[in-house]
Amino acid sequence: MSETNGHSGHNGSGTFASLTLVPKATATQSMKDFKSDQEVRWCPGCGDYAILAAVQSFLPELGLARENICFISGIGCSSRFPYYLNTYGMHSIHGRAPAIATGLATSRRDLSVWVVTGDGDGLSIGGNHLIHALRRNVNLKILLFNNRIYGLTKGQYSPTSEVGKITKSTPMGSLDAPFNPLSLALGAEATFVARTIDSDRKHLQSVLRAAAEHQGTALVEIYQNCNIFNDGAFDALKDPGTREQALIRLEHGRPVRFGPDGAQGVFRDPETGELAVATVTERNEARILVHDAHAASPATAFALTRLADPDTLHHTPVGVLRSVRRPVYDTLMGEQLDTAVAQRGPGNLATLLTGSDTWTVD
Amino acid sequence: MTSQVHDPIATDVAPIDGLSTPLPGHGPGKRVKQLDRVVIRFAGDSGDGMQLTGDRFTTETAGFGNDLSTLPNFPAEIRAPAGTLPGVSSFQLHFADHDILTPGDAPHVLVAMNPAALKANLGDVPRGAEVIVNTDEFTKRALAKVGYGADPLEDGSLSAYAVHRVPLTTLTVEALKDSGLARKDAERAKNMFALGLLSWMYHRPTEGTESFLRTKFAKKPDIAEANITAFKAGWNYGETTEDFAVSYQVAPATAAFPPGRYRNISGNLALSYGLIAASQRSGLPLFLGSYPITPASDILHELSKHKNFGVRTFQAEDEIAGIGAALGAAFGGALGVTTTSGPGVALKSETIGLAVSLELPLLVVDIQRGGPSTGLPTKTEQADLLQAMYGRNGEAPVPIVAPATAAECFTAALEAARIALTYRTPVFLLSDGYLANGSEPWRIPEPDELPDLHTPFATAPNRPDGSFWPYLRDPQTLARPWAVPGTPGLEHRIGGIEKQDGSGNISYDPANHDHMVRTRQAKIDGITVPDLEVDDPSGGARLLVLGWGSTYGPIAAGVRRVRAAGGRVAQAHLRHLNPFPANLDRVLRSYDRVLVPEMNLGQLAHLVRARYLVDATSFTQVTGLPFKAEQLADAITAQLETAHV
Repeated sequence: MSETNGHSGHNGSGTFASLTLVPKATATQSMKDFKSDQEVRWCPGCGDYAILAAVQSFLPELGLARENICFISGIGCSSRFPYYLNTYGMHSIHGRAPAIATGLATSRRDLSVWVVTGDGDGLSIGGNHLIHALRRNVNLKILLFNNRIYGLTKGQYSPTSEVGKITKSTPMGSLDAPFNPLSLALGAEATFVARTIDSDRKHLQSVLRAAAEHQGTALVEIYQNCNIFNDGAFDALKDPGTREQALIRLEHGRPVRFGPDGAQGVFRDPETGELAVATVTERNEARILVHDAHAASPATAFALTRLADPDTLHHTPVGVLRSVRRPVYDTLMGEQLDTAVAQRGPGNLATLLTGSDTWTVD
Repeated sequence: MTSQVHDPIATDVAPIDGLSTPLPGHGPGKRVKQLDRVVIRFAGDSGDGMQLTGDRFTTETAGFGNDLSTLPNFPAEIRAPAGTLPGVSSFQLHFADHDILTPGDAPHVLVAMNPAALKANLGDVPRGAEVIVNTDEFTKRALAKVGYGADPLEDGSLSAYAVHRVPLTTLTVEALKDSGLARKDAERAKNMFALGLLSWMYHRPTEGTESFLRTKFAKKPDIAEANITAFKAGWNYGETTEDFAVSYQVAPATAAFPPGRYRNISGNLALSYGLIAASQRSGLPLFLGSYPITPASDILHELSKHKNFGVRTFQAEDEIAGIGAALGAAFGGALGVTTTSGPGVALKSETIGLAVSLELPLLVVDIQRGGPSTGLPTKTEQADLLQAMYGRNGEAPVPIVAPATAAECFTAALEAARIALTYRTPVFLLSDGYLANGSEPWRIPEPDELPDLHTPFATAPNRPDGSFWPYLRDPQTLARPWAVPGTPGLEHRIGGIEKQDGSGNISYDPANHDHMVRTRQAKIDGITVPDLEVDDPSGGARLLVLGWGSTYGPIAAGVRRVRAAGGRVAQAHLRHLNPFPANLDRVLRSYDRVLVPEMNLGQLAHLVRARYLVDATSFTQVTGLPFKAEQLADAITAQLETAHV
């Protein structure tokens, strides 16, 4: 694994709009500053290693005081993540990380709070907390490692597994339709929705950067390979022979083209408004969809989340699908406190306890 | 009619009869009787405003200086079908010129706004008591709805009572005929007419109610004036009609109260103030994570009003998120609190276990209600004791604090915070529906009388090599350091997986797990709590009555009656249920018999028997209502008789 980013050291920009209340690092940080002394205990070959290295080498870029960064996780393979980062961290209980992080972020606006979760933790047992964190728009960055399988419990199907998945708990195939995590997030009023892939460090870090810059809750789905129980789940997006046809790299303000030489494009059907893939020609080139991550309506972003073939993963968009501004929950809560003090003055305990109806016994 | 009966056993002080001089404001021809105590119950439809009426009478009474105790009793449905038995809402108030302990066993006066209210409450009213009925509502249809074959006002079935037949609705509408209000709106002020009448009967001050109504309806001045008019009309009705020949005075309970400034307070309000006080006295911002649930929601409502104290209230998506957010805030250095009732505790159990493992301070406030499952949302019970004690996976000890009275909910919140902060542990505070909604006078403390709860955060590495170990314990308290994010050099990771004592690193080592389980238990067992006080004026009692929580008032009132009849009985009341006071063992062994009254099937008795091998006798009731003093007096007397002690 390359650690070039980390070894170079980083002063960090420290200028992220979402993190202005977080103290800045006083010295240059490098990747090794963010490695804890704990032995990493994922299976050899797990995609989590690549994500960990990408995050460790990305964090110096934030230029934040390390002690003001917190990683909160739930339960599952991915949720061991905080133990391997030399920041403050909590490995909590199954599915509850968004709730715990919400309490931390709303009471401590001087912290940069990250949630690490998986497809089981975040979408099954903790689905309720995830959708409510998204709609509230708390200043949290949620990294959802999606390997489409339960790893830590040794190989049951997950809420993102394809229908008919043969697993230990579904010997005749799973019956339930999977969630599309990004469709779900958009339906839950998420203000920032992105997808990336464990093995593409450069892209992963560009998405993390965008998430960190976002004011409010950011959901980053990271396709992550579980080489033990669901190996190759995302090979279509990784193999040099197929990835160009399968992957659609979204960039804000750019026409959505992919394939060798950008021969394929995404078009909106003028009749139905739906999106479809077609070969780019001189005649249709002007009609290629131009990606607008900041569009007020989530409709096109939603259509993009539905583009991929759920079985082959062909036409899978990666990058930032949606990034819009909306008031941030913890900021609003802080403002209400400030307003209350401005209107009524700081609370006086003696006055509060006394109230208005009293009598005296001599 | 002049009957104002007294239960002879219940009367601690003999009623003073006579004093028939008319008082200012009470016209000639009216007699005034002096009473030592009165129990009034207002009963009507859920939409009749009985809780408001009771609250106002209570506030007038508190301001007058009587001791008092209240029992609101209302259905879980917001508006059950009008005029039906399930829709009846009532408010009972006991006030006296001496110190009292309960809302009273039986009302001396029942105000029944409709046939349903009469039928649902008459069984509790002793013969000879006064019953004031709104005759306008006693129509054929309304009577049939609750199964009255004949009109009880006419068929002689109320002959044992002193019945006042008052056309409350008609009189109210008549009084408001010039108000411009539609008849339907005018009728709604009939509860204020009733309040005015009762205020006349008992010489209550009236200014408070007038200014209350003006404030409450500040945006609808015509409604405010209509209610005030109805209130005054009720007063004047008592003053002029011959049906009410006698009014009653209950002198202020001057001797019952130590000097000081007083107010009336309900349990949930006292608890809310206690939490704010704990925040102020610890210097930690208060963070409440909560999900609405009866009868705890009022704490969420109250705390959300006090943002200028830096109080953050978070209405979560569910019970689990409520406690999760509170725990996250505690990790960040806040005073984290979650409030709920029994069903919510069940959902929070896993997170409480996490807090035990993380060893972070956290307050879990359980306003108990009738269970299991949804049970009786608006009724009281104390059946969550074993849930609080044991309701988690693994060995997960959690301290338990339980207030005995509504006002004590204030100090209980401070005490729970002291334990949580000192020992870095989640703490249960067990209140219940009776304490939550009931109210009593409270001596207002000065802030500097309250305990200092400042708890230092860890600020520096605690190892010789300059590193920081999150589980390196204080040798006295066994508490681990509380190092909050933002503290440079103390970056660390904590979690629910077993960890090595000291370093906090993940550890599956068998000996370490055994050590950690025992250490977490030893930490809770070692919490310093005040010794149990025993009340035994005779000094020679051989029977101990041991209680906990809201049964304090009824037990103490029952004990008083037994003692007044010459019985010798000792009383002790637990405010700490985990750990128990260190002297409990000795106390229990000092008596031949131990009687444990509880509003469950014997949960404290179970704990006491298991822990101390004491043959405690359980006396239980799970009706959703508090014990009556008489019941407990009988139970105590039965013990004394069978034991010949």
